Amino acid sequence: MSVSAPVKNLGASPALEICGLAKRFGGLPATKDVSLAVMAGERRLIIGPNGAGKTTLFNLVTGDIKADAGSVKLFGRELLGLPTQRRVQLGLARTYQILTLFAGESLIHNVVLSLLGRHRARLDPWRPLASRRQLYDAALAALEGVGLAGSSGRRVAETSYGERRRLELAMALAQRPRVLLLDEPLAGLSQEERRTVGDLMQKIAREITIVMIEHDMDTALGLAERITVLHHGEVVVEGTRAEVVADPRTKEVYLGD
Amino acid sequence: MQFWIIQTLNSVALGGLLFLLSSGFSLIFGLMRIPNLAHGAFFMLGAYLAATLLSQQVNFWVAALGSGLGVGVLGVAMERLVLRRLAGNEQGQVLVTLGVSFIIADMCLLVWSGDPIPVPAPAALRRPLLLFGFAFPPYRLVVLGVALAVAFTLYLVMERTRLGAMIRAGVDDMEMARGVGIPVTRLFTIVFLLGAALAGAGGCLGGPILNAYPGLDADMLPLALIVVILGGAGSLLGALLGSFIVGFIYNFGIALVPDLAYFVLFLPMVLVLVFMPNGLFGRMPQ
Amino acid sequence: MTRRIFIATLVAAMLLLPVVIRNDYYVNLATQILIAALLAQSLNVLLGQGGMVSLGHAAYLGIAGYGCVLLTLSSFNQLTSAVGAVLLGTTAAALFGVLALRASGLGFLMITLALGQIVWGVAYRWNDLTGGDNGIRYPARPSPFGIDLAGAGRFYYFTLVIWALATYAIFRLSRSAFGASLRGTRDQPRRMRMLGHNVWLIRWFAFVLSGFWASIASLLDVYYNLFISPHALSLQQSAEMLLMAILGGANTLAGPVVGAALITLVKNVVSTYVDRWNSLLGVLFVGVVVFMPHGLVPGATALMERLRRSAVRAKFLSGADAAGATK
Repeated sequence: MSVSAPVKNLGASPALEICGLAKRFGGLPATKDVSLAVMAGERRLIIGPNGAGKTTLFNLVTGDIKADAGSVKLFGRELLGLPTQRRVQLGLARTYQILTLFAGESLIHNVVLSLLGRHRARLDPWRPLASRRQLYDAALAALEGVGLAGSSGRRVAETSYGERRRLELAMALAQRPRVLLLDEPLAGLSQEERRTVGDLMQKIAREITIVMIEHDMDTALGLAERITVLHHGEVVVEGTRAEVVADPRTKEVYLGD
Repeated sequence: MQFWIIQTLNSVALGGLLFLLSSGFSLIFGLMRIPNLAHGAFFMLGAYLAATLLSQQVNFWVAALGSGLGVGVLGVAMERLVLRRLAGNEQGQVLVTLGVSFIIADMCLLVWSGDPIPVPAPAALRRPLLLFGFAFPPYRLVVLGVALAVAFTLYLVMERTRLGAMIRAGVDDMEMARGVGIPVTRLFTIVFLLGAALAGAGGCLGGPILNAYPGLDADMLPLALIVVILGGAGSLLGALLGSFIVGFIYNFGIALVPDLAYFVLFLPMVLVLVFMPNGLFGRMPQ
Repeated sequence: MTRRIFIATLVAAMLLLPVVIRNDYYVNLATQILIAALLAQSLNVLLGQGGMVSLGHAAYLGIAGYGCVLLTLSSFNQLTSAVGAVLLGTTAAALFGVLALRASGLGFLMITLALGQIVWGVAYRWNDLTGGDNGIRYPARPSPFGIDLAGAGRFYYFTLVIWALATYAIFRLSRSAFGASLRGTRDQPRRMRMLGHNVWLIRWFAFVLSGFWASIASLLDVYYNLFISPHALSLQQSAEMLLMAILGGANTLAGPVVGAALITLVKNVVSTYVDRWNSLLGVLFVGVVVFMPHGLVPGATALMERLRRSAVRAKFLSGADAAGATK
């Protein structure tokens, strides 16, 4: 069953607008005609059982996979057809379900690499990186924002899983994105770590629109304003938190099958 | 006209030889993700072994089997003793095949010395066939025939046997294949044996056309690489078509513009890389 | 402290070598080591920092080398020929980079190998241009600022200066923003893209720089040997360079230099007794990859660290014993 998203027309273009997005892998349709619109500053939660196509959706938006049909617009700017780094330059950022950090490097170096991504001098082969104090100061500030400033010199391999998740968040926020995609940011965290990261996410400024995939309902529901439920690659239910929770189809999606 | 006949037959013969060489390479690469850089050396060793066997009055076709077997055994030894120790380290595996290729080449130089050694074709096939007023070198036709027969056999094995199904599964998705219980380690050994044996037998068959000489390995390896780049890894059809394309281009290149033969070979590879990075049929592993 | 002394001794040794060792054979050996080191270092920009294994590196060595010789023989002066040669080599690298980077990992390796072999094949067969297997002689070493470089000692210093400048540039590269980005693409290319980096451009740039330094090294090689032949372009040459980088330790800056020194010494010593250098090269390749994949330099530093720690422990224990014994 497919439901088209009720878009609130505030006269402003949505931060992220997906129309008719589709992707097949061989014979299998992973994403079928998905349309949704996330307004600026919104906190959108995407849920659905395993295999519903949530991460595939993210991968299509970031350009990790090529879409078969449809369109993805970032503040009105079409993203499909652009290489991933171009989409990032336009203001997209993303964290991954499976951590892909620079394990052999220090925490601060990881953030510096993140900052370099949009830095003028990232191809400079001469000037020592360490001499760019502003870069390191900004990196330290980003680490401070997630409570890791004290461990800035430690190598990622020497940190706990919870600290690594926070590092990833710091790296994404350091990019000053306009739209931030969080792919299961709470996965594998302990109860306490979940609270810490959850608090951090609550504090993220409204300039950043957040779209999040999460299984942990307790924390995620606290953050979400609107929820999109995916199943078999299609949008099944969409609405405010209250609407989706009350909708019988939501239960069907999780209990049926 | 005679010139064109000879050159065409040379080309298809070379194509056939290249198929014997690169089908094994393509299988090994497709399944094990190892570009076996010793493959040219396998071919050369096959040619040398054939020369020695033939000098002992062994029947040509028996010599071909012998060369194939000999090189096959060497291939298995390399796979079990060295490559297996580096399982998971693809880069390392490639580099050791390079090292082994140097050892094989140098050992051949030690045993057979530096002069080219002729590998005589079977006596019955040495005299040209006279048809329609033109002379056809029969040996080259036979090489083509053997290559096509091998291609057909490989096709049957791949499509109709359990072994073939397992190989195809492994080429498509190694993780999945392992997951459904395919004995991957044994499969690797079998494929390596097959690939090396094909190269060795190919060396014997190529002997009468190319001779056995030091440097044969360095001449053949890039041709095999180009075939696989053109035809895609793990694809028999790609290896077949790629082999004949390369055979024609290389052969006519040598005949018409000898100084620039390699350059002429360069062009299609560049075109394919630019427009079809996955080769004509298969996948270029990323 | 010991590290500073070590480096100072090394620098002094390099500077004073021709003065202390008056034997031309050894001075020339040192020159060969420096040239080989620069080649291995140029390759390591791709390998160690970029994580890209190229088996066609000797191609630039050959293109720049042949370029230098042919330009000089066409009556261009030596400086112009040198500049032209480096331009040719670097342009070739730029072009080959575009082709090779259509793939990554193993595909990349195969394409670089095929390209290298094709260039070798052209050098080998295009007799009119390259003289084929016979090679071409280079008339004489250059005389920068009028200084005659025919002597072993003088040429050694010339090579040393160029090597030191190149090493310094590569050192700065590794410490720069580009170096960090390059290593980032080596470790996590997908993440780097998601951070906004143009991974293709970073890799291609590394390819070009690598080709540039290889071209410089090839000039030194031509000036040293006064000769060039297709052997300079061979797969064996590419493999030797790769082995030098890996043997010493691809993840370090000093690794390729150590590897170059070892391989050059072994090659020279072995070749005087026996003809089986190629087999030895093959065996070394297999041995290093299987038993010492990280190379000697990291292995040696780890060993020194272990020795230092056990020395400290021994000192502590003997102190405790003495204290115990007095009771």
